[in-house]
Amino acid sequence: MKTMETTNATHRAIEAVWRIEAARVVAHAARLVRDIGVAEELAQDALVAALEHWPCEGVPDNPGAWLMATVKHRALDKLRLDALHARKHEAIGRDLDALEAHITPDFVDGLDAARADDIGDDLLRLVFTACHPVLSTDARVALTLRLLGGLTTHEIARAFLVSEPTIAQRIVRAKRTLSAAKVPFEVPRADERATRLASVLEVIYLIFNEGYAATAGDDWMRPALCDEALRLGRILAELAKEESEVHGLVALMELQASRLHARTDANGRPVLLADQDRSRWDPLLIRRGLAALERAESLGGTLGPYALQAALAACHARAHSAAETDWAQIVALYDALAQVAPSPVVELNRAVAVGMAFGPEAGFAVVEQLSGEPSLARYHWLPSVRGDLLAKLGRHEAARAEFERAAAMTQNGRERELLLERARQMSEASAGGG
Amino acid sequence: MRFMIMVRATGASEAQTRPGAGVEAKVMAEMAAYHEALAKAGVLLDANGLKPSAHGWRVRYSNGKRTVIDGPFAETKELIAGYTMIQVRSREEAMEWARRFPAPFGEMEEGTIEVREVFELEDFEPGTAGAATHEHERQTIRS
Repeated sequence: MKTMETTNATHRAIEAVWRIEAARVVAHAARLVRDIGVAEELAQDALVAALEHWPCEGVPDNPGAWLMATVKHRALDKLRLDALHARKHEAIGRDLDALEAHITPDFVDGLDAARADDIGDDLLRLVFTACHPVLSTDARVALTLRLLGGLTTHEIARAFLVSEPTIAQRIVRAKRTLSAAKVPFEVPRADERATRLASVLEVIYLIFNEGYAATAGDDWMRPALCDEALRLGRILAELAKEESEVHGLVALMELQASRLHARTDANGRPVLLADQDRSRWDPLLIRRGLAALERAESLGGTLGPYALQAALAACHARAHSAAETDWAQIVALYDALAQVAPSPVVELNRAVAVGMAFGPEAGFAVVEQLSGEPSLARYHWLPSVRGDLLAKLGRHEAARAEFERAAAMTQNGRERELLLERARQMSEASAGGG
Repeated sequence: MRFMIMVRATGASEAQTRPGAGVEAKVMAEMAAYHEALAKAGVLLDANGLKPSAHGWRVRYSNGKRTVIDGPFAETKELIAGYTMIQVRSREEAMEWARRFPAPFGEMEEGTIEVREVFELEDFEPGTAGAATHEHERQTIRS
């Protein structure tokens, strides 16, 4: 019995070590074999070796180094075998290049320097490869959580409410796609760096939003995605310190996460920003968010869309009450955002800000320009915002119709309740002589 | 899950006049490397060293009265010399990071760190998602 418990404890300890080290182990193997599918298999072999040895010998003092050394041996063994194979078939190529990498350790670095790589960090290569644009967004998300987050297929499936085989197959196909497309395991060159980085940031923010949208969910794994995305963002911020938008995204996520506990009431219903109990905002995350935003701003240049959205979130974070919000500043930031990333949704948000800063009439004028916008035709926030502005203008009957329209459009049951409640309030207000 | 790793004070830490005074350069370097590793793993939230208790004070509450007592305080081992706040996915992960914490005052010197789990807001609301969250988490870690 005692031994069973000790074994279980060791297994949990190994699992914890694995969570900490997995991404680095995979990245190290991938640098040697230049294929993340093979690298992950080798990393799994190293984990299996740990599960065999550590329960009897104890967890080593430096478990990370142990795993790294083990995966390196496995990788070199594989390369030797492959090279033998290649020699037989006279197929010389990538594998021999990789073999040379272990004969001349600096060869890979030299190769990348020749390709004008900016950073040679294995982990950063893994991030860029897992988020390669050749993959679908779904595939990038799954692969990133698997390789960088160290999540199991089971956990990813639970988080995204799909079956485990679906995720497993998505990951297998993604690895195959990368191999078939001969995607090199490297950091993109300066000329394609911006678009490749955008692809990485998109994946991390998608993971965050998947969790953020589901914070009231019954399954802990969905909200845990927020933490996972934050962790990935924080890691990336250490790897790519000079990228303003990376800090911008981290700032945005930290600030949004700071409001997680205030976003729903005791019954799990959403609470609008203006009505949130600000004492429930997390001051540590706010401080971290503001610091990250400062870093993004200090790097100079025009702020990108993530940094601008973070700056918007920061305006709310700095206000001690909804009434103290600097709406004029928010309008200015939405103006800037509309410049770098124009979209009807940004315009709709700008309308809300204009309404708050310069009165409902001014806000309504902005909203009116969006009424024919096809991309917002099924977007419940449009009638919802219209309803809100109309209510403030005292046009209760028109407002009620908008709230009801919005309620019919939303997919979220709790949001629908909230909107129908507002519609009822409008009926009462107009019946009461409004 | 958040955990706070606290470094307990010692006679030497209570006597220091500047950060790391009296501590070998090697320890300072190890501390810096450890915290850099935390940051690179995306788990570091906050870390600070505290000045000796001579710079602090206490407020004691008793029988409806408040008394301010200036430092330094004698019971050195009960004092905190610094803290590191981390955010991790499991208790075991926190334990692994704690295991890697450098001997705070040097390998051959006495020292103690203490790790405590931080209450989350959900913990204050029994019956809501929070309580269930932790239970689920434990089960998943085991499976």
